[in-house]
Amino acid sequence: MTHVGYLIAGWGITLGTLAVYALRLVRRGRDLSAQVPDAHRRWLEDQGSDDA
Amino acid sequence: MAEEPMSPAPLPEGTASDTTGSRGSRLLGVLTLVGLAALGVLAFVLTDPDVRIHPSTGAEFGQFDAVRMLYVHVPLAVMTYLAYGLCAVASLGVLIRRTPWWDVTAHAAAEVGTVFCGLVLVTGSIWGRPVWNTWWEWGDVRLMTTLVLFLMFAGYLALRRTTGDPRAVSRRAAVVALVAVLDIPLVNRSVEWWENRTLHQQSTLGDLKIEDLTLFTLMLGFLVLGMVLAWLLLHRFRVGWLERAALDHLVAAAIVERRGETPDDELRRAVGDPSPGEPL
Repeated sequence: MTHVGYLIAGWGITLGTLAVYALRLVRRGRDLSAQVPDAHRRWLEDQGSDDA
Repeated sequence: MAEEPMSPAPLPEGTASDTTGSRGSRLLGVLTLVGLAALGVLAFVLTDPDVRIHPSTGAEFGQFDAVRMLYVHVPLAVMTYLAYGLCAVASLGVLIRRTPWWDVTAHAAAEVGTVFCGLVLVTGSIWGRPVWNTWWEWGDVRLMTTLVLFLMFAGYLALRRTTGDPRAVSRRAAVVALVAVLDIPLVNRSVEWWENRTLHQQSTLGDLKIEDLTLFTLMLGFLVLGMVLAWLLLHRFRVGWLERAALDHLVAAAIVERRGETPDDELRRAVGDPSPGEPL
């Protein structure tokens, strides 16, 4: 395979950046969720009481 | 006589609902990870490198394995258009409807779109080095219009972080987004409108000049990166919604606390309510 270094860099930066950004969003969401009553989170409505 | 100070009910800690996830978003996340794995297998194992034979000299030429970068670069570019397009639609909603839903949507789409746009520039540069023998070409119209797009939305995000009346900031940001999004047609059509001023080739997708598994892999790239975009947008929207709710919750708590400390008439004067004698 040719250009292996470029491929690793390109794919690695893409997947790494998206993963770090996704994790950052999840962590920020967790921090904020702890400060806000469930009533302000409309996406919990479809989960029933088992997830609340 | 002032009422007893009241605090908002304390929230239970560490419950399963302390996330921005829902059943739907978790399912989407799992499907996205499976899709990314499938895309990786197709891009690196099952598809062939781009190797062609020159008809007269018989020499090999083409992109060779660097073509595998395009399975993420091109979908990232299209998803950038989608995210910024959504930001523009939501910005119109901000200006017309003026509801928080549109505002949070516009902000989320701009942020996620800027992450994608940055990745488009980086992956394009990395792909360009072996194929064009350069990391960057200042005279390339598509590169420059894409850079301008990125910088305009970076400015949008900087504007969103400024202090001041939040409604005014939202309206100003909406106008910036609507101006910035006008660059997208320039980015997309630049290879045809200025075909002598770009290293990019013209589109080969519309004429289906790409064959078989390569085309399928590229289409899967669009689908999977679209799912990544949807997941990120969903969660970024929920974070933005929670940020507003947390601020409201904090303000409500501060008002309740202040109300407990301040006689009604004094509080009434502070907020400019000219109806003394009635409960607030």
